[in-house]
Amino acid sequence: MTTTARPEVALPSLVSVYRTRARVELKEFFRQRESVVFTLLFPVILLGVFGAVLNYDIGGGVTFTQYFMVGIIAAGILGASLQNMAISIATERSDGTLKSLVGTPMPKSAYFVGKIAQVLTVTLLILVILLAVGVFAYGVDLPSGSDWFTFAWVATLGSAACTLLGISVSSLAKNGRSASAMVTPIALVLQFISGVFFQFSQVPTWMQTIAAFFPLKWMAQGLRSVFLPDFLAAQEPAGGWELGRVALVLGLWCLAGLALCVATFRWQDRAAG
Amino acid sequence: MIAGETQGTQAEGGDCLLVTSISAVPAVRDWPQPGDPLDPAAAISVRGLVKRYGDFVAVDGLDLDIRRGEIFALLGPNGAGKTTTVEICEGYRKPDAGEVRVLGEDPSDGGRRWKAQLGIVLQSGAGDSQLTCRELLQAQASYYPDPRDADEVLALVGLTEKAKSRAKTLSGGQRRRLDVALGIVGRPTLLFLDEPTTGFDPEARRQFWSLIRSLRELGTTMLLTTHYLDEAEALADRVGVIARGRLIEVAVPSVLGDRETAPAVVSWTEDGVRRRAETSTPTAFVRDLAGRFDGEVPDLAVARPTLEDVYLRMIGDPS
Repeated sequence: MTTTARPEVALPSLVSVYRTRARVELKEFFRQRESVVFTLLFPVILLGVFGAVLNYDIGGGVTFTQYFMVGIIAAGILGASLQNMAISIATERSDGTLKSLVGTPMPKSAYFVGKIAQVLTVTLLILVILLAVGVFAYGVDLPSGSDWFTFAWVATLGSAACTLLGISVSSLAKNGRSASAMVTPIALVLQFISGVFFQFSQVPTWMQTIAAFFPLKWMAQGLRSVFLPDFLAAQEPAGGWELGRVALVLGLWCLAGLALCVATFRWQDRAAG
Repeated sequence: MIAGETQGTQAEGGDCLLVTSISAVPAVRDWPQPGDPLDPAAAISVRGLVKRYGDFVAVDGLDLDIRRGEIFALLGPNGAGKTTTVEICEGYRKPDAGEVRVLGEDPSDGGRRWKAQLGIVLQSGAGDSQLTCRELLQAQASYYPDPRDADEVLALVGLTEKAKSRAKTLSGGQRRRLDVALGIVGRPTLLFLDEPTTGFDPEARRQFWSLIRSLRELGTTMLLTTHYLDEAEALADRVGVIARGRLIEVAVPSVLGDRETAPAVVSWTEDGVRRRAETSTPTAFVRDLAGRFDGEVPDLAVARPTLEDVYLRMIGDPS
């Protein structure tokens, strides 16, 4: 019987718990067949199907497939962040994972660090896969010089904004299934009006205006500046790539998403038992 | 041999204690009164606890002390306020009124160091996972300063052969044992078990009981909620009966509801008719009966009120 106080032992360091959470989140993602297929393979399948059907010239020797690949990269980032976070966190909240984690001495920040590690890994993987398909199957040129820098910041800012939004949106859903039912149609509509499935210049103006309120349109636009020749900038609504505005809107969405997360995040279901 | 003698002495001491508390001072209550100060030495000390959900009063002025090292069972029907009380002690819910100290701290601002001393097995379980049992336990262990070895804990809950199975593939009972494993891997001083054996078959429950007894020997304090009377009787040092948000009695299981002194029921068959009599001196009664029959009394049975009888009477008529 040792009911007396144990000698004080130091709590595990933040870094070691962060490492654990990152490992846990990667295993959770890659062992779930649905999430791997939906998030990683679906964009590739779409690219294959659309690329085969709509391989026409949109001007200056650029094919729609090349245009579409850029859009699919933006949609892939959206899937790995917004959809992935909204669904997985809603699931973990409704099945009690979050509640039991917050009852342990795990620092709360570790949960989010793990999620960010998951989003980063999955996003990088999607980018590599889509770029490989684009380069080898559709003759897309890899970015060169300063375009790599633009690619990096657009992808990072876009991914951060969508991750924060996904975490916020998860609080609106009762469980993973309802989160999926809510966020999948939203993502699909955004993809249609933001220049993923159609050329953005062919989308009606009022839809362009709606799309301009959301991050996907700006991500796609920023990525077009990286992968498409500069003469196509004339087709953009403002007649240019507007990289400054891309950074501004995505940055604002990051701030808004962060504020929403802080205001709405819950570790347990609302229902009191 | 010495160990055996010591145990015998302890058991006698226990009996003595029971007898004294019943016959000599039956009015003494084994739990704190409203207005008593918090007990700083207790593992859990609760005074005047109130929790409302809208108009529904889930906990209605509850006072409770749980000593260090004891197994305390909170017994009550569904909706009586068991889980609410436990979750306030765990820091999940904030009380509307009253004071709570768990291991000397207020649960609503317990930090990492405080949480490191607790083990929590939630009624809802620890969630689904694609990780294997061992991986989950290793991850959980890494949050604590002085954890148990994952494989040691798997052996303790009888899941060694499931170490490499994913948590999702476990049966209900195995899943619950994994929940318990996750609760104890951090080497808690105080373990909360909220209806840990719901859905267990009888065999699994027996195994679980022996697990709890072995944890007691390691000095772990436990607060257990259950609506199984036999479970409370088998495991708990003391049982608190909760109904409509109030504690209506706290006692050693064998004396709960004055079961010790309640009349026994003697029943037998006479002239082809089942007869029964209530008596506070069953031994004398049976001796007389034996004299009358001059040999075996047909279908003789002597029954004390079961814990269930007592319990149903208590929650049906809360004073």
